[in-house]
Amino acid sequence: MTMTRVDCAGLLRTVSIALLLATPTLAHAAEPAELISTIKSVDKKAKGNSEAGRAVTELSQAEPAVLLPVLAAFHDANPLAANYLRSAVETIVDRAIAAKKTLPRKLLESFITDLKNEPQARRLAFEILQRVDTSVVDRLIPGMLTDPSPLFRRDAVARLLDLADRLGKEGQPDLAGTLYKRALTGATDDDQVRAIAKPLRKLGEKLDLQYHFGFLTQWQIVGPFDNTKSKGFNVAYPPEEKIDLKATIKGKLGPASWKPYKTTDDFGILDIAKQISPYKGAVMYCTTEYKAKAASSVQIRIGTPNAWKLWVNGRLVFANEEYHRGMKLDQYSVPVTLRAGSNTILLKICQNEQEQDWAQRYQFQIRTCNVSGIAVHPADSAASLPQTKESRP
Amino acid sequence: MTRSTALPIVLHPVTAIVLTTVLVTGLTGADWRQFRGNDSSSVAPGEKPPVTWGETENIAWKIPLSGRGLSGPIIVGDRVYLTSSDGFNQDRLLVECFDVKTGVRRWRRSFQATGRTQCHPKMANATPTPASDGKRIFAFFSSNDLVCLDLDGNLLWYRGLTHDYPNASNSLGMASSPVVIGDTVIVQVESQSESFATGLDVTTGTTRWHRKQHRFDNWSSPIALINTDPARNLVLLQNMVGLTALDARTGKEAWHYDQPASRTPSSVVADGTIYIPSNGLTVVRPATDANKPPQIAWKNNRFSSGTPSPLVYRGKVFTMNGPIVKCGDTSNGKLLWQLRLKGAFTSSPVAADGHLYYFGENGMTYVIDISGAKGKIVSENELGATILCTPAIADNSVFVRSDGHLWKISR
Repeated sequence: MTMTRVDCAGLLRTVSIALLLATPTLAHAAEPAELISTIKSVDKKAKGNSEAGRAVTELSQAEPAVLLPVLAAFHDANPLAANYLRSAVETIVDRAIAAKKTLPRKLLESFITDLKNEPQARRLAFEILQRVDTSVVDRLIPGMLTDPSPLFRRDAVARLLDLADRLGKEGQPDLAGTLYKRALTGATDDDQVRAIAKPLRKLGEKLDLQYHFGFLTQWQIVGPFDNTKSKGFNVAYPPEEKIDLKATIKGKLGPASWKPYKTTDDFGILDIAKQISPYKGAVMYCTTEYKAKAASSVQIRIGTPNAWKLWVNGRLVFANEEYHRGMKLDQYSVPVTLRAGSNTILLKICQNEQEQDWAQRYQFQIRTCNVSGIAVHPADSAASLPQTKESRP
Repeated sequence: MTRSTALPIVLHPVTAIVLTTVLVTGLTGADWRQFRGNDSSSVAPGEKPPVTWGETENIAWKIPLSGRGLSGPIIVGDRVYLTSSDGFNQDRLLVECFDVKTGVRRWRRSFQATGRTQCHPKMANATPTPASDGKRIFAFFSSNDLVCLDLDGNLLWYRGLTHDYPNASNSLGMASSPVVIGDTVIVQVESQSESFATGLDVTTGTTRWHRKQHRFDNWSSPIALINTDPARNLVLLQNMVGLTALDARTGKEAWHYDQPASRTPSSVVADGTIYIPSNGLTVVRPATDANKPPQIAWKNNRFSSGTPSPLVYRGKVFTMNGPIVKCGDTSNGKLLWQLRLKGAFTSSPVAADGHLYYFGENGMTYVIDISGAKGKIVSENELGATILCTPAIADNSVFVRSDGHLWKISR
């Protein structure tokens, strides 16, 4: 299957170049490529906005043959450029459909099924194809359960969930359970995982959702340090200078030392208020060692209603000073680079002094995953429960 | 004259509104181009929308929507423009255009959010209402994505303001709508972690000015204080520390009203007078000296506002807190009457033809006749859906959306 995809990608690239050269409505053969290049130069703070806007206008006048090269250009486009390209694609398609022109259906489908293409571009191609061929949904979605695109996975999981729910109601629990387990292989959105886990557990299945999501569950924690009037957020207490798990540090309430804590919560929530103390006006430092199999780029995804700072191997990677505005799985996504072997993750988590009932939460959840949301596990981790191949995405 | 001299207050209200509208955008009066209308007054002069409707009465069209949104529709010429957000993470941004007469969709563009999309479940990424200068649509989202399209759906430029300022976000969601003043589109992005306001060139999206703001949550929207000399047009930024007037084109501060103001309902300008949801309601008139703060005409702590913004219409000011509508005399702040409606209200009221329209969250709309000594509820109309947006009035019709549908209510 892999070889087929590689071959397909190569073919698509060849076809794309040929189409670029052959696009007849443009004055110069290379013009679409130049326009795409101009669009991809757009960057933060409006850099290249005017040029990209003009390029999109011009590119939008092209024939449908240019769709594949534009979709392929999503590959290394920044998020702003991707939106310019998206707009050009949609405009070209609108014009083509209005003029009853033929869209390159086979090439679009090949583009969708080639997993090497950029997930957003594949999804856009899918939506285009769906406008002229509704059968594409039934044809492609069932095979996308472990797709790199979270949107395709979500659709595939939803179909299995519907079917499993129906079978469960029709008195076929074994078959329903099989489908739920299969659905779990693709599920990374918490609503779908919850919808799968509940009936599976009713059927007696043991699930390790912490492992499924890739939560970091074991921490060394020290504190509290002073955060009166929220000023501690910007105070560099000793753990920010050096992490010494044997050290005793002067804290807000006297000498403080690092202590181990772990969470057993399905969704990896370490509840400082309940497991340690409902401190107010406090800073806590939480650290864990992450052993990476190889140097790699991953996302650290955090959910917390508290202000926080995050360091990886001593480097501050993000900070957010917001209190009690909600908590959600994957609330913040921080791209980080891990080195092979041991990596030190340090989280500073701050509680303010608000007295309202809704402002008492002091907790966090952290997981490591790839850009698609699929768990990336430390080298030394293992599921606490026997896992079938089906239960690991 | 000094820069802070605003519209002559001797103008008849309707004249002032029409003049203001023309000065801001050069339009003819039938459009509804931004949150609470062309001049952010919520008033549609000359329009006569129906006062009663139901499932089969006075509904010109009702069309299904593919995304959620608290943003209101805007009307430019013969088209309705609407934003929505879709997907499990609300990260798919939609801008759609519909025909005013038929409701037929003319085009739809989708974009991928570049900023954080988390919101309170009641909110959506598409909470800010888009704005237009009559040539372009400025679609703004909670994720701080600002999309500029021409009226035919062609992308002109795109800004990802959280991409630029990564901490500018609120996990409950952002709601402030953009305002267009002359050739500058202004957005106010204020949260605990990072806050700013910025004025962007409407043609390119490049930054004309950028101003750091206080780091407090804020959901109110900027509004224009229009001068007969367009070079003196001001933008008013309301937040927890007051109301600040800036030169709309340069961002230079003109004056500051320093009493805490509400962070959800927005101020309103009528006849050059500013009605601020602050200490209840505080009414100020800009001083003739641009370096001095505005003069307080009156204030009344009985006119506090909940989520809906105050509205000034035909010499009266209306506020809403909970289900209670209060009416005051604009000249002195005296309470004239109050009415109790039913339910919760997020939508700001709109006014036309002597009536106020209050859309409740439960889909019930109360139409109030304000021509008499006391307000009179003339109809209660059911839409059967959750309504959180502020509607638009144009073409003698009311345009309103839910998460599922867009309606044109028309005779």
